Amino acid sequence: MELFVILYFASLIIASCIAAYLQRRGVFMTVFSLTLASFVLGIVGGVGALRFVAMSAGILAFAAGISYAFKEFLVIITPKNTSKELKTAPLTAAFGMFVIFTYAIAGIFAPWIAPYGESEVISSAFAPADENMLLGADQLGRDMFSRIIFGARNTVGLALVATLAAFFMGALAGLLAAVKGGWFDQFMGRFADVIMSIPSLIFALLMLSIFGPQISVIIIAVAIIYAPRVFRLTRAVAGNVVVMDYIEAAKLRGEGDWYLIRREILPNSTAPLVAEFGLEFCFVFLLVAGLSFLGLGIQPPTADWGSMVRENATLISFGDITPLIPAAAIALLTVAVNFVVDWMLWRSSGLKEM
Amino acid sequence: MGDIVTLIAKRLGLGLITLLIISIIIFFMVELLPGDIAQAVLGQGATEENLAALREQMGLNKPSIVRYFEWLGGAVVGDFGESIVTGERVSAVISDRLVNTLFLAAYAAVIAVPFAITLGIIVALLRNTLFDRVANVLTLTSISSPEFFLGYVLILFLAVKSSAFPAIASLSGDLSFGELLHRTFLPALTLVLVVTAHMMRMTRAAIINLLASPYIEMARLKGTPPWKVIVKHALPNAWAPIINVVALNLAYLITGVVLVEVVFVYPGIGQSLVDAVSKRDFPVVQACCLIFAATFILLNLAADVGAILTNPRLRHPK
Repeated sequence: MELFVILYFASLIIASCIAAYLQRRGVFMTVFSLTLASFVLGIVGGVGALRFVAMSAGILAFAAGISYAFKEFLVIITPKNTSKELKTAPLTAAFGMFVIFTYAIAGIFAPWIAPYGESEVISSAFAPADENMLLGADQLGRDMFSRIIFGARNTVGLALVATLAAFFMGALAGLLAAVKGGWFDQFMGRFADVIMSIPSLIFALLMLSIFGPQISVIIIAVAIIYAPRVFRLTRAVAGNVVVMDYIEAAKLRGEGDWYLIRREILPNSTAPLVAEFGLEFCFVFLLVAGLSFLGLGIQPPTADWGSMVRENATLISFGDITPLIPAAAIALLTVAVNFVVDWMLWRSSGLKEM
Repeated sequence: MGDIVTLIAKRLGLGLITLLIISIIIFFMVELLPGDIAQAVLGQGATEENLAALREQMGLNKPSIVRYFEWLGGAVVGDFGESIVTGERVSAVISDRLVNTLFLAAYAAVIAVPFAITLGIIVALLRNTLFDRVANVLTLTSISSPEFFLGYVLILFLAVKSSAFPAIASLSGDLSFGELLHRTFLPALTLVLVVTAHMMRMTRAAIINLLASPYIEMARLKGTPPWKVIVKHALPNAWAPIINVVALNLAYLITGVVLVEVVFVYPGIGQSLVDAVSKRDFPVVQACCLIFAATFILLNLAADVGAILTNPRLRHPK
């Protein structure tokens, strides 16, 4: 029997004993059922399967540790009001915030972090990884790692700008529709219905085929596609606020529409709007990544995660996972944003589920 | 019964009007091109005669309204004109591929729908347990991953490392049905993963919403066994949300299918749409967009009609 297998089962059994002694039933049940499952798995899949389980558990534990430390870090450095809220954040949300923070750093300081320029050819095509190139070279011999770092700036930056554009258009229209009402409200509502009844990717492809794949076209296309969704939510949230007495009072005072929006409605509908911004960002990010995967997004030689997957996809047939790294980077950021949004929605809705 | 028919007819009419507006958008957006289609096709170096000849051939000399109605009239009977790039009939290029795409979507749906609904109900019943948490994280991850990521991961493990399934879903040659299912398994599985996650989350939310209602509590308090509460009391009211969930997710398949077809080089309509977009082959783009939009609207319509049929309260709008 290998030392690894002995250590594996010993640590699982010790952990379950400790959990049982401390009366943590959930933890005990999890660890002990994992032990029992591992007996079967070890017989069926051999040591390899056990190693895989141990590695996944290790990664999970590592992620949980980092998230916990990052949460404590945030609690200490933020002012009192925010830190109180942060203390209630679940580990998943902390993990999400940590990932977003990392991406932001990578994106902002890309030229200083990346060892090479984003379109600098430094070796032969598909050169394997060595001490100079952490992840090897891509199809033209550019450093994969540097391109991933620059991709954080380009891909996420584009998605962020596009989301902001969609959000401002949608939120402004929604707020105006709620305040003005009447035909403007009706017209915008029908208009949003029509736009939303075209699948988003198809609409984006249509616009790109006509105006060509330029960054400005992508931003405008995304803004037109996603603004109606923001509009609907803003209209619904603001619609609930507009009927309040204090709005009536402000109207009787003779305040203008702009004042109503800025001072009365917005402060009372920030929470759902912020959560919506996160959700929209996820959709937009996936759409932009999909477009550039199809070769219709950010054009080469600019580094971009979606097109990097496409360009290096041939490597997968040799069992190399390098092309999956940019795709995983996309998935990781979306998951992270979703985790944070989940927590914010849960907090703002007061929906503590029975 | 009469009011149901009129209600459904009203919804159908509304869907038809939406489709008409979308066809207007699709057609007239191409008119927004700087210059016109002939200019875009021939590029900067085109001579006046060439331009004039192409305009004549494509009928660009007629006013756009007339061309719109000609296009729409053709589209209704399945004739979308000729491709600019190859000169073939668009309908001939697309029809086979449309069948392939529908097959792939149906394949994915047949696996995903029962699977997702069963899992969704189980997760809703086990809510707030560890199983529920794990399922929540897994489905969230699946939703957040781009389709091509899932596709390539599946290729890596099931085609390259274990060679259980082919990585490229080519449909050439005579294939038996079993072989067809085997070849298209990976693209279908990718779609299943994405759609199942969506459907599971929505089913879970719908069921939990339902289980919170007072009549379920009443049934529990009077001592009805748990399975009976679900089957007799909860399920009849759950059909409406579940039908809604299914239809919405089938509509979601339509967008997912484009990326998945490109990953697996599957000869479907999504692939031809992407090719046509990069070649700026406008008749093909317009035809594909119209087909996708029509399917999307149809499925949303089906969701509405299903909801009306299963929920009597919707038949008497206030």
